[in-house]
Amino acid sequence: MTHHVLDMPVDEAAVRALRVGDTVTLRRTLFGIRDATLIHMFDRGRETRLELAGHAVIHTAPNVRRVEPSEAAPVGYEPFCIGTTTSMRMERFTRPLMEREGVRLIIGKGGMGPGTLEAFRDLGGAYLAIVGGAAALETTWIEQIEDVDMDDLHPESLWRFRIRDFGPLLVGMDSHGGSLYANVRDDVASRRAAVLASIGAGE
Amino acid sequence: MRLDMNEVEAVCSDLYVRALKILPPDIKAGFKELVGAETGETAKAVLGTMVENIAVAERTNNILCQDTGIPIYNVTIGRGVDFDGAELKAAIRRGCERSTKENSLRSSVVHPITRKNDQTSCGVRVPIIHVDFDERQETVAIEMIPKGSGSENGSFLQMLLPSDGINAAKRFVIDRVIELGGRVCPPTIVGVGLGGTSDLCMHLAKMAATRPLRSVCSDPEGARIEAELSRAVNELGIGPQGLGGRSTSFAVHVEIAATHITQNPVAVNIQCHSARRATATITPGGIAFS
Repeated sequence: MTHHVLDMPVDEAAVRALRVGDTVTLRRTLFGIRDATLIHMFDRGRETRLELAGHAVIHTAPNVRRVEPSEAAPVGYEPFCIGTTTSMRMERFTRPLMEREGVRLIIGKGGMGPGTLEAFRDLGGAYLAIVGGAAALETTWIEQIEDVDMDDLHPESLWRFRIRDFGPLLVGMDSHGGSLYANVRDDVASRRAAVLASIGAGE
Repeated sequence: MRLDMNEVEAVCSDLYVRALKILPPDIKAGFKELVGAETGETAKAVLGTMVENIAVAERTNNILCQDTGIPIYNVTIGRGVDFDGAELKAAIRRGCERSTKENSLRSSVVHPITRKNDQTSCGVRVPIIHVDFDERQETVAIEMIPKGSGSENGSFLQMLLPSDGINAAKRFVIDRVIELGGRVCPPTIVGVGLGGTSDLCMHLAKMAATRPLRSVCSDPEGARIEAELSRAVNELGIGPQGLGGRSTSFAVHVEIAATHITQNPVAVNIQCHSARRATATITPGGIAFS
């Protein structure tokens, strides 16, 4: 188990060095993305002016305050509460995010499926697990909302956050076929029959 | 007692943001119990982060989770209360909208077809308002639940057959919890509805999922099944955030209703670990929040 500190953006080698069970702290830049953002980008062909290559995206839609644009709030938004949403809904977008935009890391909760694991293996990516629902804490790792695109989808816009020591995050899926979620799923499957029998509901 | 609708609006506004910021004491106690029983290292670390988050939210006056949820208001009106029902619903809606604006809350509510977000936390039939009546003199209780959606997406209904029996319902619950894994932000409260019609059965599951921890199903058979299932789900090994461990759920809660001779409905609705709710009680003496 290794701890990695990654100054974003990163190259393929840095991501291939991550193994499930490792921990990661990210620095500098993080992008926020979720359902509507991805639907518009990949189902409706919308382009973004933001450069995602080598970056990490987090499955989120933040609570923000509208303020007068200033040096501290360049696009007129202050972070208020930024947390993480369930990743699995966005499963089919992992490969296009990596192929078209060059994204390297996905941060989310609950894990993702076999399609994502394959994309990580083929293209060099990893999934970093954050504790869902711990948004007040997560917000303290975010310094500023640097930029926003596709804000007509607000709050499901594409957000660029400036971060400080974002983590520790747990490598839940890696580029070598490893998935903590698949491991847990197998373990749970092996316990199912005994649990059902213990409540008289065996098959 | 004449219900003052300006007061209702203000209370409903306050309730939304209070619910988002302050985790009820029974859930905090539930965390203590889970931490005490947990043995997995990753699971302990994950629970530790959740407990830390509760403290950070209180210290920084922030909301606990970014998901402001679907707003639900459960209103219980006692005896001797004079009110206009249409005005009451309008006041609740205004309060929900006001809280969203004044507290910069993310509006998580969209039109189901156009997906348009009015940025008000309101929309067609939302906030969801349930009105019920009880025996208390000159008392109106308003419970606000911002229902988080990672867990709400963990909702199921199955119209089983009478010949499938209760054991098929129990198996259905266990299999849905397995299927959901970490997606519903465990540790969860698993709400189970047994009986009723299809719509009532889903409603029972929601009532169960949002009931305080340590409360018990009023039906002895329902209580027996919830105790059995509460023990069983934490033997599955799903753990907090689906990363393995004992702490899959705080509890399984069951609510029941009578059903038709041809039916054996079972429903599941999940509440996440940010099991938020807040209540205001309005009496002639004033307003008390809990």
